[in-house]
Amino acid sequence: MARDAAEAVGETVLAGDLLTFPVAPGDKLLCGPGLRRQGRAHASGSGLAACKCGVVRRKEPSVYWVESQQKRYVPAKGEYVIGIVTTKSGDIFKVDVGGSEQASLSYLAFEGATKRNRPNVQVGDLVFAQFVVANKDMEPELVCIDSCGRSNGMGVIGPDGLLFKVSLSIARKLLSPNCEVIKNLGELYPFEIVIGMNGRIWVKAKTIKHTLLVANVLESCENMTTEQRKCVFKKLSENVP
Amino acid sequence: MEEAGGETQLLRPFCCEHSLLSRPDGSACFTQGDTTVLAAVYGPAEVKVSKEIFDKATLDVLLKPKVGLPSVAEKSKEQMIRNTCEATILTALHPRSSITVVLQVIHDAGSLLSCCLNAACMALMDAGLPMKSVFCGITCVIDSGGDILFDPTTKMEKEAAAVFTFSINSVEKQLLMSSTKGSYSVEELQQCVAMCQKAAEKIFQFYRDSVSRKYSKLSE
Repeated sequence: MARDAAEAVGETVLAGDLLTFPVAPGDKLLCGPGLRRQGRAHASGSGLAACKCGVVRRKEPSVYWVESQQKRYVPAKGEYVIGIVTTKSGDIFKVDVGGSEQASLSYLAFEGATKRNRPNVQVGDLVFAQFVVANKDMEPELVCIDSCGRSNGMGVIGPDGLLFKVSLSIARKLLSPNCEVIKNLGELYPFEIVIGMNGRIWVKAKTIKHTLLVANVLESCENMTTEQRKCVFKKLSENVP
Repeated sequence: MEEAGGETQLLRPFCCEHSLLSRPDGSACFTQGDTTVLAAVYGPAEVKVSKEIFDKATLDVLLKPKVGLPSVAEKSKEQMIRNTCEATILTALHPRSSITVVLQVIHDAGSLLSCCLNAACMALMDAGLPMKSVFCGITCVIDSGGDILFDPTTKMEKEAAAVFTFSINSVEKQLLMSSTKGSYSVEELQQCVAMCQKAAEKIFQFYRDSVSRKYSKLSE
């Protein structure tokens, strides 16, 4: 029994629910994560099924996806992630990104790196990098330069600071432009932050106490509503000297 | 916490709690009457080279009894749950990785296998693994009087002429797995299958309500 996708926007679906999209011939329909082709194409539109449980979302005019909550990261090309260097073997570093296998990072994929001028990366360092190869059949590969050869904010993440893990949906929310949480928190305690799409966040504030406070607030904002968050910020702002 | 009362003649009231464990990628605690099972899912994670399959994910199910070490009975239940999960999870999307489902029996008051199946499905949904459909488990018995009763307690299971456990798909209510004990006729089996398929609708409705409750709290 198929439901019309336009009506199902904002409602929860379970895996296996069929959705029909009224698509006129010649129109393009973009399907995001959580949807896959299933069922016969009907005369009025094409059939897709949800493969994850979550809420159907839509972006005008014809982009649909299923928003679901996940803790485990699956590498995808083009995403920026924070990785931990685990081994140095020959010309590549093996980096743990929280997925099902470790990603490889070539030592030449840093800004200004040549065969003679190797980058200063040790085992245990944090790197902020981007996936160039990430599909289910191949080993994922990371680089710390963009297509022009500039580092663009990527590379080894500086000394000190704290790395912690949150769910993927929180990391995505914090990355949205004009994120309220980050703005309000920055007014209370200035801090540096690096957010990886694999749910890993690195923060560094002026003192260790401030760093821990910022980390705790970011971790707990997952379970708080907007009002509860405003109360927490008000209480914190009273304690700031 | 999510509660639902089934019709008292058919199913015992069930309730479910999501994401209660912090380490696994997905977890759920499912209660049917007094029977409670806690399920945790890890995956897609790293797999040992000896166990890896080149084109799909390696699926492992572990069932831990309330007391003692896992024995042959747990192993056979693990295989049945594993076959159900293998039929519904899209393992081809995660080759050379492993998906592990760990089930812990908190209390067994009858219908244990179906409670394990429901807990496993809820945990898989909580972990966000891609699935073809959701599944549920239902147990029914044929008692000495010839009546078909659902969701039996331990006493009912002992006194019954036959005990059936089925796992049913949400897409077109197909039968995924069946485990039977006792003596029964072909007509009785077909009747049980048909009645279980109808009763499965209630469990799927509960899944839907549970998931919409979980996502309504998080959306802003």
